[in-house]
Amino acid sequence: MSTPLQIVVCGSIVPDPLQTLDPVTGAGSPSIKNEMMLPAILDPWAGHALYEAAHLAQKTPGSKVWLVSLGPKAKLQQVMMTVAQKVPFELVALDGTASGFSDSFETAAALAGAIATIPGLDHSKLLVFGGWESASRGAGSTLQMVGERLGIVEQFQGVDQITVREDGSFEVLERIEGGRHQVSICAAPPAVLGWATGHLPEPRNNPQVGMANMRAIMPALQRAKAAPISSAGLRFHSVSLPKQQRETRIVKNMPAEEIAREIVAWIGEE
Amino acid sequence: MESILLLVHMESDGLLAKPALEALAAALALGGELTVGLVGGAAQPAANQIAGCGAARFLVVAGDPYTQPRYATDAAAAEALCRQAGAALVLAPATSRWARALPGVAYRLGGRVDTHATSLSVQDGAPAATRWFYRQRMEAVLSRSERPWVVLLDAGCNPAWTGPAGTAQVEAVTVETPPTRTTVTGVQAPKADEQTIRPDARLLFVAGAGWTKKQPDGAVHGAEAETLILGFLRAAKASLGGSKSLVDLSGEGQPVLRFMTHLNQIGQTGATPRHPKGLSTCCHGEEPHVVGWRFVNQRRAINLDPNCGWARGKADVLYVADAFEVMRHLNKLLA
Repeated sequence: MSTPLQIVVCGSIVPDPLQTLDPVTGAGSPSIKNEMMLPAILDPWAGHALYEAAHLAQKTPGSKVWLVSLGPKAKLQQVMMTVAQKVPFELVALDGTASGFSDSFETAAALAGAIATIPGLDHSKLLVFGGWESASRGAGSTLQMVGERLGIVEQFQGVDQITVREDGSFEVLERIEGGRHQVSICAAPPAVLGWATGHLPEPRNNPQVGMANMRAIMPALQRAKAAPISSAGLRFHSVSLPKQQRETRIVKNMPAEEIAREIVAWIGEE
Repeated sequence: MESILLLVHMESDGLLAKPALEALAAALALGGELTVGLVGGAAQPAANQIAGCGAARFLVVAGDPYTQPRYATDAAAAEALCRQAGAALVLAPATSRWARALPGVAYRLGGRVDTHATSLSVQDGAPAATRWFYRQRMEAVLSRSERPWVVLLDAGCNPAWTGPAGTAQVEAVTVETPPTRTTVTGVQAPKADEQTIRPDARLLFVAGAGWTKKQPDGAVHGAEAETLILGFLRAAKASLGGSKSLVDLSGEGQPVLRFMTHLNQIGQTGATPRHPKGLSTCCHGEEPHVVGWRFVNQRRAINLDPNCGWARGKADVLYVADAFEVMRHLNKLLA
């Protein structure tokens, strides 16, 4: 593999999925109760994108990975302490909301603006990665608009695999309906890839990588520009938690055969 | 009510699939003047399929470049249809094809986009969409002032339109096919007898990591687990889901169920399928997994731990039992 790649991963932070989330509605956009107090993690699908980017960069000498992240600076710093130990990357931070209730259109504008200012970025080597959906807004629409703003119309979503070939072209597997993958060949970068889970496990923490990353991450956080997201045209009529509590019947000491009969009867019910 | 454009694409058989007919029903229920925009190889059969729906116009972008799902060509076709129709509200089924292309189209039109809408309503005289946030943790009703507003409707949330076929008067919309460096070369699918994901199944069967753990005799029974699960899926015509911990095992080189992939994963970083019933086995029912069960109506679980997550109001019934044993009996009864 000859051509070095420049891989820009877009990824933000989300509340730890084990936390209880309560919506708060007020005069402006809704928010999550005590959002700044909740532990945060790197958005899971963005995390997969970052690990895939690092893996691809490692296999392609001369390649580099950036992580462009929009979130409250203090929370970004917290999350980066962990993420920085996983794989090598350079952070481009934007100080703003990571709320799921903000508008993907404006988020895309902020991210595309930040990508455009990365020094030395060469579109002929550029791959823009990210999660195909976030675990907050879950819209699956931000990356496409980032791509449009950067003039990139080779776009793929729900990506589980990229294979770069000798001639610089690459094969992409995208998730489609019915547990299948669509296979495409893209002749060359630039391209946008929204990642599903891919095939890589989460890398182990590597303190040396962490130390090397953090040297650049702290200055990047200090440099983080404010990225106001107004979501002016978006109006929430209501935000509510589902009434999900069920009265669970716990069945103990029932013979397996009887359980099986009960389940068969239940399956057969209309 | 504002004017509506419904964007649909044809399937490989030239017709519209169920999600398109569901979106059509949702569009008609809103009550605005409806234009249908069709994209694909040849549009007449699909337009005829819904000729009796009452749409004011049938706009068509058809031809070879539009037979395959691909961002550049799909976005160009959808953009042309949107500009031709000039509708304020653009609805589409949330297929993988439209989910890929339409957010970019919204940007090109200076509009906004919302995806994964589960229903549409009229609030204060304007359209409003209901969708979930934070991976099915909370539900919101929202509207937008920007137009066009592109809304993608999730499949399985609305009844499909049914009505008379006929002969539709279609209007071809000319599109300058954009240059693209992407060639779609095919589809990778499991062999027919290995297909474990069945979106239309009445039952979702979920396997957790417990299937690959040591059993009371001190040994792992991976082969038997595979036989039991596949046997059940065939007999019950169920769809297979997995917990993250189980599908992750395949990436870590540990004993795994060979047919289980990340495509089967249910939960926070997996799918949120819609099935009337779900049966969980050897899975603890932790919150990040259970958010993927949001649209499974009746839930039962089999687990050895009476204090697992399922017991805390997440399942209707929790059987405290050995799943291997129950599944052996289940398969006998279903045989």
